Amino acid sequence: MLRWILGTRGSHGSAENRCAALCIGEEQPKNCYTELQVLRGHFDIVRFLVQIDDFRFASAGDDGMVLVWNVETGERLVELRAHTQQITALTAYTCTNSEKTLTALITASSDRVMCLWDADTGQRLRTMSNLQSSVKCVLVLDHLDVCLSGGNELCVWNRDFQLQCKTVHCRDSGITALVDLPKCYVAATIDKEIVIFKLNVSETEMSILAIRHLTDHQDTIRTLIRVNDDLFASGSHIGEVILWDTLDWTIQAYERILWEEPDREGQSEIKMGQQKRSEASIQHLHSDGERIVAAVGSGLFVYNTKMKTVVAYRKFAHDSDVLYTKLLHNGQVMSCSEDGSVRIWELQELPLPAEPASSGFFGLFSTIGRSSKHGSVQSKKLPEVSGLCSLELVGDLIGHSGAVQMFLSFGKRGVVTCSADHLLIVWKDGERESHLRSLALFLKLEEKGCL
Amino acid sequence: MIGSPDVVAFTKDDDYGDSYTDPCLVPEEFSVPLIPHANANPWLKTSYAKFSKDFILISEFSEQVGPQPLLTIPDDPKVCGTFDLNYFSLRIMSVDYQASFVGHPPGTSYPKLNFVEDSKVVLGDSKEGAFAYVHHLTLYDLEARGFVRPFCMAYISADERKIMQQFQLLSSGFSRASECLKSGNRKAFANELEKKLRDLEYTRSVLHKETELQKTNSGCYSTQVIEKANELANVEKSIYEHKDLLRQITSYPNSKRRDADQVQCEPEDRADTSTLDHTLSSNHSGNGDKHVEADSGNQHPSYTPQLIKAKSAKCFDKRLKTLEELCESNFFLQTMDQLNAIEKTFRGDLCFIYTSQVDRALLSKQKITSFLFESERDDEEEGSSRNFYDPTHTTHHVSSNFSGEPMNLESYTPYAERSQNKLVLETMEGPPESSTSDVTQETSEDANDTEMKGSFSSDRSIEAFINLSPANPEGFSRISTSVACTVTSSEEEGNVPSVAAAGKTPSSLEHESDLNHGEVFETGHLVQMDTACCMGQDGFIYEEPLPEPVQECCEDTVVKREPLSLLQRDPALQVDYVLGESTLTLPSPSMGLMLPELNPSSLSEEMVKMNVEDVSDNASYMSTSTSSDRAASPFTYGSPVTLKQKKKAGHSALRFIRQYPFAQQAIFCLLSGRTLVVLGADEGTVRKLVNALLIFVPNLGKYGETVQPWLSTSFQLSDLQRWKLIGLQRVVSPAGSSLLHSLSRYSRYIGILDCDNKTLRCPTYKGTLIGHMADHRTQIKRGSTYYLHVQSILTQLTAKAFLYTFCHHLHLPISTDQDANSVVQRRTNFLLQLGYTEEESKIIRFLSELIKQHYLQGPLKGVSQSYFSFSYTTSYLYKI
Repeated sequence: MLRWILGTRGSHGSAENRCAALCIGEEQPKNCYTELQVLRGHFDIVRFLVQIDDFRFASAGDDGMVLVWNVETGERLVELRAHTQQITALTAYTCTNSEKTLTALITASSDRVMCLWDADTGQRLRTMSNLQSSVKCVLVLDHLDVCLSGGNELCVWNRDFQLQCKTVHCRDSGITALVDLPKCYVAATIDKEIVIFKLNVSETEMSILAIRHLTDHQDTIRTLIRVNDDLFASGSHIGEVILWDTLDWTIQAYERILWEEPDREGQSEIKMGQQKRSEASIQHLHSDGERIVAAVGSGLFVYNTKMKTVVAYRKFAHDSDVLYTKLLHNGQVMSCSEDGSVRIWELQELPLPAEPASSGFFGLFSTIGRSSKHGSVQSKKLPEVSGLCSLELVGDLIGHSGAVQMFLSFGKRGVVTCSADHLLIVWKDGERESHLRSLALFLKLEEKGCL
Repeated sequence: MIGSPDVVAFTKDDDYGDSYTDPCLVPEEFSVPLIPHANANPWLKTSYAKFSKDFILISEFSEQVGPQPLLTIPDDPKVCGTFDLNYFSLRIMSVDYQASFVGHPPGTSYPKLNFVEDSKVVLGDSKEGAFAYVHHLTLYDLEARGFVRPFCMAYISADERKIMQQFQLLSSGFSRASECLKSGNRKAFANELEKKLRDLEYTRSVLHKETELQKTNSGCYSTQVIEKANELANVEKSIYEHKDLLRQITSYPNSKRRDADQVQCEPEDRADTSTLDHTLSSNHSGNGDKHVEADSGNQHPSYTPQLIKAKSAKCFDKRLKTLEELCESNFFLQTMDQLNAIEKTFRGDLCFIYTSQVDRALLSKQKITSFLFESERDDEEEGSSRNFYDPTHTTHHVSSNFSGEPMNLESYTPYAERSQNKLVLETMEGPPESSTSDVTQETSEDANDTEMKGSFSSDRSIEAFINLSPANPEGFSRISTSVACTVTSSEEEGNVPSVAAAGKTPSSLEHESDLNHGEVFETGHLVQMDTACCMGQDGFIYEEPLPEPVQECCEDTVVKREPLSLLQRDPALQVDYVLGESTLTLPSPSMGLMLPELNPSSLSEEMVKMNVEDVSDNASYMSTSTSSDRAASPFTYGSPVTLKQKKKAGHSALRFIRQYPFAQQAIFCLLSGRTLVVLGADEGTVRKLVNALLIFVPNLGKYGETVQPWLSTSFQLSDLQRWKLIGLQRVVSPAGSSLLHSLSRYSRYIGILDCDNKTLRCPTYKGTLIGHMADHRTQIKRGSTYYLHVQSILTQLTAKAFLYTFCHHLHLPISTDQDANSVVQRRTNFLLQLGYTEEESKIIRFLSELIKQHYLQGPLKGVSQSYFSFSYTTSYLYKI
C-alpha cells in the first residue's frame, strides 16, 4: 500500500494550491474550443450522454426524455419520450442483422421501464415494463447477443428483449456497475463487493450464476471500469483504487489515496478521517488502456498501469467534486465538476530535479510541498517516480451555470457537456468551424454556378 | 371659359429631351429672374407656387356640379395654401379622358361595361406654378349616369422635373392605389347590383300579382292592365339588363391585371374577385353551395326588397355616393394608406429622392453584406420610398385579412388542423429545408398561386372570407384580438425553454409561415420592380464598375464573378434569401417581432408590440423593467430601428467618444463580436450609452434584436449569444450579487463598461482603424454627420470583410499539393496586407463569419446565431 502525504505546507499552502489551480486567466492559447453552441431541450438535469456514431449522440436526464442530436449542426434529430421518471441508464449499440444495421438505444428509468429505441427513427421497438426494480446499469454483450441489466437483480435479455434468466434478489443497494470480462464472465458492483457472474449460454437456455465475491474494498464502490484485456479497475468512496486481473480476479495493484491535512494531523483524528473519506471519494475512472485517470474528490490523478505508479496528480483540480474525467485522444485530460466548469489538463514532463523549478511548474511543486522536508521527500521518491508528470491546466470551458455532469468528446468535432442547468453545450474548435463554413460557402457558390 | 391645359406629353426620356429645355442651362439662369418675389431660400422650388409642398388631390367630375375636389393628402389646409383647388380640379378633369363608355353601344341593346385602362398624363399650369401627374379612373355606380363616375387622382408639385423623372414610380404607385379602389368598387358595385336585382325581382312579383288581379277584375285588355303589362315588361328588361351587368362585372377579365407593375396588387384582387365570383355565381345561379348562401344571407339579414318605381327620381335630387361608399370602406382606407405612402415617398426635393433611390439601388445589390450595418429602410419619418415599395405595406391589409380569417371560428378549425398536419409532416420528413425549398419552388413558379395556396387551401376558408366583409368593423377587432391571442399562446409555450420551434402553436406558426411566403415573394419582386424603374431612368447605376478591390485583389475568377451574378440578380441567390426568410424554425421572439408588419390597425399594432416585448422577455427568462422611461427612450425593443434613430444615436456616440478615452476599446469589443455590457445604476444613463453604441453593433437586426437596452436580472450564456450589447442594472440588493456573479463568471466573453465608475474592462486594442472612427478630438460637430462618418468606415470594413470571405484562395488551397497551413498563412498575410493589425483582423474575421452565416442560412431573425464564437484573450481595466 502506497500512501501519499500531500500538502506539507499547511493551510496557507493549500490556499495557494487552489489559487494555482484556478487562475489560468483569460489567455489560453492551447485551448482550441473557441466556439460554442447551446442546445436546449431538456427540462431537468441532464445526466447522461452517449455517443451513437461519429456525429450523433443522445442525452438523457431527470426529465425522462432522451434526445438525439447532431453534434455538427446542433440539430435535434429525434426525441424519445416514454419514461415518466428520471433516466437511470442509457446505452447505445449497433447490431447488424442480415437485413440491416440497427442503431439502437436502451434506456432505463426509475419508473421501472426499460425501452429499446431505434435511434434513426425514434421508434420504440420494445418496452419492458413491470420490472421489479429500477435498472441502474445496462451492459450489451455483442458477442453473445445479449443484454444485461442491473438493478436489484441481474437480468439477461436476448436480442428480442425476452428475459432469459435472472439472478436472485441481491440486496437493497443493488447493482450499480457492470463490466464485461473474458470467457462469459461479468463483474458487477454491489455496495462494497464486486461479484463475478458466470453466464452459461447453451443452445436452449441461458443461466447466470454468481461464482465469486471480491470483498477487498472497505467502502462503497463508486466506479468500475475495464482497463484493457488483462485488467479492470474499481474505485471506492474512501479513495481505494484496485486493479484486478480479468481472468483470475486477483488484485494486481491497490492504491489508497489520502489527501491529508498535515496542519491538523494528530489533533482531531476522527473528525479528520471523516473529512478525508468524502474528500477522496473516487467519483469516476477512465482509462485509455494504459493509463487510468481518476476523479478523486475535487482532485485528479493519473495512474500508469504498466509502471503501477501514479504519474501525475492534482489535489485541487476544481472548486468542488470532479464528476467525470477522461483521457482525450490528444493526450489531454479533461475533467468536469460540480462547480460548473470543465477543465483541460495537459500531462507535462517534469524538469530534471537538478534544474530550478520554473514558475510554470509552480503548481505541482506546491502540491508536493516546498517545506523543509521537501528536498528529502523528493530525493527519496525520485528513483521510483521517474515518469512523474505534472497536470498543467491549459484551458477551461465556462458556460454552464450548474454542475457539469458529464461530457462526451467527438475528437476534432468538439466536446459536448451536459449540466444541471438543463443545457447541453457543444464546444468546438472555432478555427475548424470557420474553415468548414468557408468550405460550405464555396460549395454553395459552386452549386449556384457562381464559381 | 377654361383654357385648355397644357398637356405635357410624356414620352421616353430621349424624345422628351428635345422639347424640354433644361432650366439649369446657364443663359437661362442669367436671364430675367423667373420669380421677382423670390424667397430667401433659393432651393425652395415651390416658392412661387401657391402651395407650400407637394400634395395629392382627388377630384371628381360630378354629374351634378361638375369637377370638384374631394380631398387632399395630406389633409391639411395649410399645404394647399391659396392654391385654388377648384380651379385646378377643373383643369385636370377637363382633360379628355377616354371615359369608359357604358350604355347602349350601337348594335347591342343592353348596356355594356367597358373595363378601360386608367389614363396617366402630366399636366402643367405655368401660371399657377403647378405641375401634376394626373391619374384618371372611373368607378361604377349604379345610380350614376351611364353607371360611371369619373375620378382622378393627381400628384401636384411645383417641380416639373420631379414629376417627369419620377413618372414611372408615380404611375406604378397610383396604379396600385387605383387598382385597389377599383377592386373595392367592383365589389361594391356587384353588391349593389345584387340588391337592385332583388328589388327588381320583388317588384316583378308584385307587379305580376297586380296584373293578374286586374286581369281578373277588369278583363284582359283594359288600359290599366296594358299599362301594368308594359311596366312588367320594363321590369323584366331591367332585370335582364342588370343580370347582364352583374355577369359582366363578375367576369372581370383577370388578364387585365397582369400588368407587370401591379403584381403586388394581384393576390388581393384575385382573392377578392374569386371570392366575389364565388358568392355571386352561387347566389345568382342558385345552385351554389348552401353554406355560402347562408353566409351571404347573414350578411344582410335585415334587408327587405323594396318596390322600385317605374320612374326613377330626378338625377339632381338624389345624393351621389361618396368615394368611400363607392368602394368598400376597407378598400378605401387601404387606398388612402397607399396614397399617404406615395405622398411620403415623394416628399422633399427631387435631388433627395433621386439620391435615395440611387442609394437604395446600390444597397439592393449588396444584399450579402448590407445586413451588417445598413439600417432597414422602412422608417416612416424619413420619407424614404421604401414604404412605397414595401410589400408589407401595400399588402398590409390584405395579409391582415388573410391572417385574420382563420379566427372566424368555423374556418379556424380546418386551418389549425391543416397546420398541425403540416407540422407533423415536417417533423416526419426530417430537416426543415425540404419543406421550405418546396415553398421556394412554388414561389418562383407562380407567386399568386403560392399566395392563394398559402392562405386558402380549403374551400372552407374561402367561404369564411366571404363571410367577413372587409367593411365589417368587427373584422378588425377580431383580427387584433386574434393576433394577440396567438402571441400570448406562443408566449406561454415559450416558458418552456426548449421547445422553441416545437412549442409554437400551430396557428401562430401557420400565420408566420403564410406571411413569410407572401412577404418573401414580394420582396423578390419588389426589388426587381424597384430596379426596373431606376433602370429606365438612369442606366448608369447598373453600368457602374464593380467594387474596385474585388477586381484588384482577386485574380481568381471566382470573386470577380460573384458580384456580377448579384448584379444580374441571380435568381438562385434571391431564392436563397427567400429560403432563409421562410425558415419555419424561427425562434419565438422573432416571430413576435415580425407581427407588427401584418397588423392593420394601430391599436392592434400596439398590442402586438406589447406582446412582443413580453415574448422576447419571457423567452429569455428575463423581466426587463417596464418603467415609464422605456417608452420615452429613443430605442425601444420591438420597433424597427430607423435611420433617424441611428442618426440621433450618432449624436450620443459623438458625446461618448469625447467623454470616454477608452471609447475605442469599447467599439472594438462591439465590432469584434464580444458582447459589451453597459453596467450602471441609473437607467437613463445606461440607456443613453446603449443608444450611443448602437451604431457600432454589426448585424443589429431590423428591430435591434441584438441589443438589450435595459436588463435588471442576471443573464445567461445564451443571452450573450443573442445580445451583443446589453444595458445592465447595477443592483445593490442581494439580487445584485447573482448578477455580479454572472458578470464575473462570463467575464471572458464580455466587455464591461461601468458607467458609474467610468471604467471599462475588455481586451486591449492598439490599432489605428478605430481611432479614425472614434477620435475624441474629432472636428465633427453634428450627430448625423458623425453617423455618416462612422458608416463610411464601417462600409469600408464591410467591403474588406466581403473580400476576405469570398476570396477563393484565402480559404481553399490553390493546388492540391498545398496544405492547410499555407492557406492559413495566406489568410493571415492577406489581412496584414490590407493593413490590419492582429486585433483588427479579428473584426474582419468576425464580420466574415457573420457574412458566411448570413449567406449560408439566410437572414436570421431574433435569436440569430446558432453558435457563439469567442477568443481567449486577457482583459484589461481601463479608467478615465
